[in-house]
Amino acid sequence: MPASLPIDWVIGVIGYWLLIGLAGLVLQRTPRLITTLLFPAGALGALIMAIVALGALGQAPNIAVLPLGLPDLPFHLRLDSLSAFFLLLLGAAGIGISVYSAGYFRKMEGNTLGLLCFEYHVFLAAMALVFLADDAYLFMVAWETMALSSYFLVTTDHNVPEIRRAGFLYLLIAHVGAIAILMCFGVMQGGHGDYTFATMRQGHLTTFWASVTFLLALFGFGAKAGILPLHVWLPEAHPAAPSPVSALMSGIMLKTAIYGILRVTFDLLDMQLWWWGALALTLGLVTALFGVMFAAVQTDMKRLLAYSSIENIGIILVGIGLAIIFHAFHKDALAALALTATLYHALNHAFMKGLLFLGTGSVLHATGERNLGKLGGLIHRMPKLALLVLVGVLAIAGLPPLNGFVSEWLLLQAFLLSPGLPHPYLNMLIPIAAAALALAAALAGYVMVKFYGIIFLGQPREEKPGKQVHDIGIMERLGLTWLALGCILLGIFPVFFILHIDYVTQMLVGQTLGGTAAQTGWMWLTPIQPERASYSPLILFLIIIVGVVFTMQVVKKFYHGRLRRGPAWDCGFPEQTARMQDTAEGFGQPIRQIFELFFGIIREVPSPFDKKPHYHGETRDLFWDWCYVPIARFTEKLSALIGKLQHGRIHVYLLYSFVTLLALLAFIR
Amino acid sequence: MNYSGILLQLFQDTLVVLVAPLLLGWVNQCRAWLQNRSGAGVLQPYRNLVKLFHKDAVLANNASPLFRFTPYILFACMWLAASLVPVVATDLPLSPAVDVIVLVGIFALARVFISLAAMDIGTSFGTLGARREMLVGFLAEPALLMVFFTASMISHSTSLSTIVETLAHKQFVIYPSLAFASVAFVMVLLAENARIPVDNPSTHLELTMIHEAMILEYSARHLALVEWSSALKLLAYTTIGFALFAPWGIAESGNWGGLPLALAALFAKLLAAGAGLALLETVSAKMRIFRVPEFMGTAFLLAVLGLLIHFLLGS
Repeated sequence: MPASLPIDWVIGVIGYWLLIGLAGLVLQRTPRLITTLLFPAGALGALIMAIVALGALGQAPNIAVLPLGLPDLPFHLRLDSLSAFFLLLLGAAGIGISVYSAGYFRKMEGNTLGLLCFEYHVFLAAMALVFLADDAYLFMVAWETMALSSYFLVTTDHNVPEIRRAGFLYLLIAHVGAIAILMCFGVMQGGHGDYTFATMRQGHLTTFWASVTFLLALFGFGAKAGILPLHVWLPEAHPAAPSPVSALMSGIMLKTAIYGILRVTFDLLDMQLWWWGALALTLGLVTALFGVMFAAVQTDMKRLLAYSSIENIGIILVGIGLAIIFHAFHKDALAALALTATLYHALNHAFMKGLLFLGTGSVLHATGERNLGKLGGLIHRMPKLALLVLVGVLAIAGLPPLNGFVSEWLLLQAFLLSPGLPHPYLNMLIPIAAAALALAAALAGYVMVKFYGIIFLGQPREEKPGKQVHDIGIMERLGLTWLALGCILLGIFPVFFILHIDYVTQMLVGQTLGGTAAQTGWMWLTPIQPERASYSPLILFLIIIVGVVFTMQVVKKFYHGRLRRGPAWDCGFPEQTARMQDTAEGFGQPIRQIFELFFGIIREVPSPFDKKPHYHGETRDLFWDWCYVPIARFTEKLSALIGKLQHGRIHVYLLYSFVTLLALLAFIR
Repeated sequence: MNYSGILLQLFQDTLVVLVAPLLLGWVNQCRAWLQNRSGAGVLQPYRNLVKLFHKDAVLANNASPLFRFTPYILFACMWLAASLVPVVATDLPLSPAVDVIVLVGIFALARVFISLAAMDIGTSFGTLGARREMLVGFLAEPALLMVFFTASMISHSTSLSTIVETLAHKQFVIYPSLAFASVAFVMVLLAENARIPVDNPSTHLELTMIHEAMILEYSARHLALVEWSSALKLLAYTTIGFALFAPWGIAESGNWGGLPLALAALFAKLLAAGAGLALLETVSAKMRIFRVPEFMGTAFLLAVLGLLIHFLLGS
């Protein structure tokens, strides 16, 4: 028997996940078994997936053909460095989320739990299959399975009308996107009728058709990723879904779209035009800024995180855009830098957003409250959760020495190195883009202070009598710790990870970063030359720790550690209640005021004489009114017009048939 | 790594931490003179620190560990920032670990922590201060970054040491981009250090205070550390300004021989900058808080304009 290839292992894990899913259906009567056995078993699968994918990075592509599917249309599978990287992302983040799920779903009813376990593992398997597919047929099958299984996961609580509506919106946009992806593959096969990716790689398209392909891919995958203006499903679907599902969708599923864009642009197409990059860059920036602005004014913690995901996808798209521009101008070393930043951010985001969404899940379990305005003070009741979430918050706010900062640093370096592009408009776009990116990154800090401060700090805004708040259990803690550890390690040892990402950039743009990034030792991150730019997160981390410990010791030694507790001072203001703290609306108010133009704000202020005043404030996503409502109206009008044909009277229909027959006779003589 | 470099680094670390309150005292003294007061003397900040360290700390009843821990993180961050800027010498052993983007990140880290600590007690003033601080910060941070970008475009490096060395050698060449950047930088400096016209360090008036609102609940050693880190922050920003716009006289490449001259130049520049800051604060009035976003937006746009000019004119 020949030695088993990595791809066999990956296929094995996919099959294993499907089996776990089926077992979940069988074991519906024993929910305890599902949570204590099946979810940890799924996590084990994710661990194997991560290890295999790590080993497969940089190896020659593995190819496999499975005799499944339609007759004469077998499934083609291929494991190359790009697939391996995203499988690694799936596995690594999947471990934490699955372990957490084992604790989180403990209190769920058996019937739903079995179904949920099935959908959850089918979802994981489908995502892995998307990364593995090597023909358009299998890709679409996997893509649709992913969309459907996640749809059912989103609508787990299907008796709530809003959740059904959110699920419908998600499914609708997913399918609009899927049509575009299908057409994109249709253009790329170029009339051969052969839908394998191998043929597409060899095919040569004219500039026009290549551009059409790219635009279709950007639209289709953009619908999945949440690029403006196709982002509207994210803030609806994420609050609806159970938290581990949100973590999977935001942390991993959005990355399937990034994978798709990279696969089509850099692998399947044999040319890249600079204006594709400029388009992606602009779209990415607009997405990032809108995402973070809207995140700042949200009052629902999961909606806030959903908008933050939109922002991060925007940042990733900015990196892709830069990489395309550099690659189009044959500056491949810079393209490798931008692409490394992109992939690093994708990996980072899987960890941080997984961590934060799971954190909101625990808050939701403990308090039953998603509304920020009713939370507060949880750091006292859930200290362990508060500490772990703090790591995620600092990471996603892009603060050193954690991981979010590393990818932003790399991306900003790519911007700084870009002067001298042979195009005047681009030279003007680049500094503005850098400024916008910096603004989005700084706003992310604002959003995260709001998120953490309002949930965990201060006093509880609303006391619920009789509700005992417990800290997280052991499984939840394990899962969250894994993700938090990922955030820290990715932040402190970036060079190790970049050396692995190099295999992907080598494959896509033919250049690597690791050789230069690690030239002065593993501690120093130096993307180009040490004198141009260098960063050592480990040293930074150690200095901060040493500084803190040193200061504490000195203060204690020379003075004293005496401490008293007393009521808060608050400028001598005598009466203080928890309601006097900033609410979520209050904290978002400056942003709402500064960027008023971009929000649809509805305010209802009661008259001063109202005995029972009722305040109402709402911040609407303008894209609803600008984009979706007109389309919906147009569709309704069109269907009303077509509806006029329909009368329900049989003789009218007979007349239609008669006219059609006559017309056909007139044409086909 | 050579011992001389490490010694020089330690020397600079000690220097900044000791000199920082002096700069604050000098600014306050200048302000007093300009306002026809006699003032408390330049050593007053030291006396304040000693007094605060001797007191017993009072902690609000529902303060969490985050609240107690933050002053130390704040102090470590600011100390690190101040000792990373080439104050007296370039090419210190620590300088390759942190470039200008990381420096901005360190300031952001400190800002996030102090804002979180302000929200921790759950008083009305604390959250108000945190919100305003983040409001100032989210516009100041990208503006500062753009200022740095302009300088690093000229010197082809984001390392502050290299920037200083490059700019110090190109004497008296006026870059139009740097002119825009310098105006933006001064505006950021005023905002980030809680000075007039954005904030007033000597008021507890609820309508206007930002920084003071955040640290209301701190007392004794915690307050001392917070105050000291504010002083360090002012020193860090001032010396960053010197590094970018007036880098002359610095001792290059860890050279001990140039140190006396560098120290003299540093103190001369600090004296001038402190007096200038006091003058700026005296002649301008505190803005309404609603106008602060406009002020910061102007700083941001000026900085972007500087960068854009650099891109358009070429290096």
